[in-house]
Amino acid sequence: MNMELSRRGFLKAAGVGVAGTTLGAFGFSELEAAQAAAVRPFKLANTMETRNTCPYCSVACGIIMYSKGDLRKGETAEIIHIEGDADHPTNRGTLCPKGAALKDFVKAETRLKYPMIRKPGSDKFERVSWDLALDRIARLMKDDRDANFIATNAAGVPVNRWTTVGFLAASATTNETAWLTYKVVRSTGIVAFDNQARV
Amino acid sequence: MTNSWTDIRNTDLVIIMGGNAAEAHPCGFKWVTEAKANRGAKLIVVDPRFTRSASVADFYAPIRQGTDIAFLLGVINYCIQNDKVQWEYVKAFTNASYVVREGFAYQDGLFTGYDENKRDYDRSSWEYEIGPDGFAVVDETLQNPRCVWNLLKAHVATYTPEMVERICGTPKDKFLKVAEMIAECSSPTKTMTSMYALGWTQHSKGSQNIRSMAMLQLILGNIGVRGGGMNALRGHSNIQGLTDIGLMSNLIPGYLNIPVERETDFTTYMSSRTFKPLRPNQTSYWQNYRKFFVSFQKVMWGDAATPQNEFAYQYLPKLDVPAYDVLRYFEMMHQGKVTGYFCQGFNPLLAFPNRQKITESLSKLKWLVTMDPLETETARFWENHGEYNNVDPASIQTEVIQLPSTCFAEDEGALVNSGRWLQWHWAGGSPPGEAKHDTWIMAQIHLRLRALYEKEGGAFPDPILDLTWNYQDRNEPTPEELAKELNGYVVETVYDPADPTKAVLEKGKQVVNFSALRDDGATACGCWIYSGCFNEAGNNMARRDNADPDDTGAYPNWAFSWPLNRRILYNRASADLQGQPWDPSRKLIAWDGTKWSGYDVPDIAPNAPPDVVGPFIMNQEGVSRLFARGLMREGPFPVHYEPFEAPIANVVAPNIRGNPVARIFQNDVAQFATSEEFPYAATSYRLTEHFHYWTKHNVVNATLQPEFFVEISEQLAAEKGIAQGSWVRVWSKRGEVKAKAVVTKRIKPLMCDGKPVHVIGIPLHWGFTGKARKGWGPNSLTPFVGDANIETPEYKAFLVNIEPTTAPATV
Repeated sequence: MNMELSRRGFLKAAGVGVAGTTLGAFGFSELEAAQAAAVRPFKLANTMETRNTCPYCSVACGIIMYSKGDLRKGETAEIIHIEGDADHPTNRGTLCPKGAALKDFVKAETRLKYPMIRKPGSDKFERVSWDLALDRIARLMKDDRDANFIATNAAGVPVNRWTTVGFLAASATTNETAWLTYKVVRSTGIVAFDNQARV
Repeated sequence: MTNSWTDIRNTDLVIIMGGNAAEAHPCGFKWVTEAKANRGAKLIVVDPRFTRSASVADFYAPIRQGTDIAFLLGVINYCIQNDKVQWEYVKAFTNASYVVREGFAYQDGLFTGYDENKRDYDRSSWEYEIGPDGFAVVDETLQNPRCVWNLLKAHVATYTPEMVERICGTPKDKFLKVAEMIAECSSPTKTMTSMYALGWTQHSKGSQNIRSMAMLQLILGNIGVRGGGMNALRGHSNIQGLTDIGLMSNLIPGYLNIPVERETDFTTYMSSRTFKPLRPNQTSYWQNYRKFFVSFQKVMWGDAATPQNEFAYQYLPKLDVPAYDVLRYFEMMHQGKVTGYFCQGFNPLLAFPNRQKITESLSKLKWLVTMDPLETETARFWENHGEYNNVDPASIQTEVIQLPSTCFAEDEGALVNSGRWLQWHWAGGSPPGEAKHDTWIMAQIHLRLRALYEKEGGAFPDPILDLTWNYQDRNEPTPEELAKELNGYVVETVYDPADPTKAVLEKGKQVVNFSALRDDGATACGCWIYSGCFNEAGNNMARRDNADPDDTGAYPNWAFSWPLNRRILYNRASADLQGQPWDPSRKLIAWDGTKWSGYDVPDIAPNAPPDVVGPFIMNQEGVSRLFARGLMREGPFPVHYEPFEAPIANVVAPNIRGNPVARIFQNDVAQFATSEEFPYAATSYRLTEHFHYWTKHNVVNATLQPEFFVEISEQLAAEKGIAQGSWVRVWSKRGEVKAKAVVTKRIKPLMCDGKPVHVIGIPLHWGFTGKARKGWGPNSLTPFVGDANIETPEYKAFLVNIEPTTAPATV
């Protein structure tokens, strides 16, 4: 293991891009040269480490994400590897078959990238801008709220309830998202408010 | 969880029943392995299937799904009959000695006060006798025939080992072995932990399943101690957080309640929430309710919440039904009473029961908004996928707006694990394409709606226009700003009444914890139980000191555990009436003559004398409740009720179908099947390679478990002519699925009330989006009925039929 690491270090110092053609000059045999050429550079070199938590079950295993690029410096960052956090008291670095494949979630082909609208009766989604989607949502909400808001009951008591629109909240969003969601939803009078804990 | 994942190492006996931690919570299950290896702890698994948890158990007992209450009341009966009771604990820390009011009775599966038409009880007799001093009457000798202990003893006497075998299908000798192992933990120096999950909640009497085990744990003296507790293994990474923060129809953060219609003003609302102690000297901590409520109103509406307007009490909606839970709401949707619906990170087309009804309901919406990092079946419910989603897009008039959100790797904030640890995490990657943080999306929805109300006016705009929005960037509040609101802050400086020059609370500062909250509007706090998570000491959720003094498993400086960084709830109960640990080798806290201290934050006032103030400080009695008073809809003691669809009639109450107080909608009754039509008992579950409907989008997980299957016993396979790996059709009265058959020794027929019962296992990870092969989920089959107290759908016990078939047409 140590030897392998030292070779990686050597290769890095030698300049990996040209390693295949120049190794012979350093006295490597052909076999060694071929092997060295096949060893890829250590992928976690020069990456940013970020602590995060597995988003699946409630064990909440600690994970370390390695990225190219540093978000904190305003750079675009691409996650290239995720592994268990050995410092974490609960999982001590271990991950299950789901946690071990977390990078596949980040990189899934079916990640959503753009707002889409499917019109009534249509058989497809069409890409739209965020502004269009959000303005449309606000308009749909307001029109229905103004039409169906129940300000008082039959006895004239204020009940301030909006029953014709509902909101289903998530299960893996942060507390902070949950709290902002709570504020926004409650302020409208929506009562059909629920989350994954129900099921 | 009352305890934590890392505390499981301290146990002597683990019982996994209603869950399958080795597969569904693998890295938490490691602490079971630690306890076995290092303490010689034993593991019992009780499950209809021989699961991976069972495969490493010291003892496995089969049980028919939906009969856990009979089993657990059987164990309680065994403990009482064999004097396996932690007597000192039971007498001092439970309501065993409390005398119940005259008029309370139980007969043939029902308690006093049942109204068949309302499917509900008049619960007034389910209460203590109150003495002339205004306190509950107790009989410490336990001689009074109406004391809770004697009522309990009579109530569980029905559940003999023979009766358990008849109902549950658990052979008597296996039941007795389990009971014997559990009963050993009545010793003050032996502890059992209960690990359960959706296998207990997803029943029409799920709450009572859990209550049955909680009662058993109290009788054994296992609540509040290291290695003990009631440990709910929550299903998702922040279900605990979303519940704590009250994202439910009837909740305000921190388990406060949204008002109901009859609570017309704040005074009326508070009048039923005084929480006067029921015994002398008790804490009854909910007496602080008003402080938490007013601080919540202040954080929501700031200066608009004043003493003059009841702190904007009328800004809150008032409920006309107990809750607009998802079952009620999809019923309303099905009736065409709903215009629009938002799904944030949720996939109801696969997550809610009776998929046909869900599809019909969504099709009646005018609009649907989804927010998710991944494609979901719900966002595409209108899209035809052949047999897998057989709909006609042209006939579905719902407008669908699909919004791309970030995933965990691109987001910052706290998640709450099962053990109540609020753990902060940081973003490491950039979102793909134009995907946005959920916080940005929610802010945009609010700001745009607010702008429309500012411009146009409209229906009661005040709660929207007055919503506190003091964020540096109004377009995207930061996680830190939001966490600070949850912790709470000082709105107006408060001076010491004894010394008006001295400020006790300084305007603009974070409150230290919830003990600083006030009911006069001087403090604001989003979620009182979280208070202390982000105070003037900084973000305590981001702490990463993994030191564990004396290896207790507490890790007191790792993240923040609510409430007050307490790691084990009810930890006062880990010590006896003199305040000394029941088990000196597992000390948690102790009384030194003047105060409590130890390894954990005491769950009692630090100076409360041990022989005066009871450990269950949230209860008006100061003790825990073997008798639940009127707080559970089915009754103060659990009763065995069959699932709504059961293979046999209820042996203890033959005239009762299902749970007699579970809510059922008239339209669904015709779709409840009998065992004559649908003879097989089905259940649903997770596999270790998948997480719900998310991981089928991942190459690795879709490769590990590529396609939908159902599990059946060799006996059923032989009876029905089903070959290993062949296609089968499984159908219920609500729908059908096609799957490959896995014929396994892990499932065996059970003999219940003289009748063989075949179990069919249906995992839940397939749909029509993602990398895995297309398939179905169990929700195509399951009934539209929920738990009577909290409306969690009955996914774990229902009836189906099965036959060989051919492969579905590929799409």
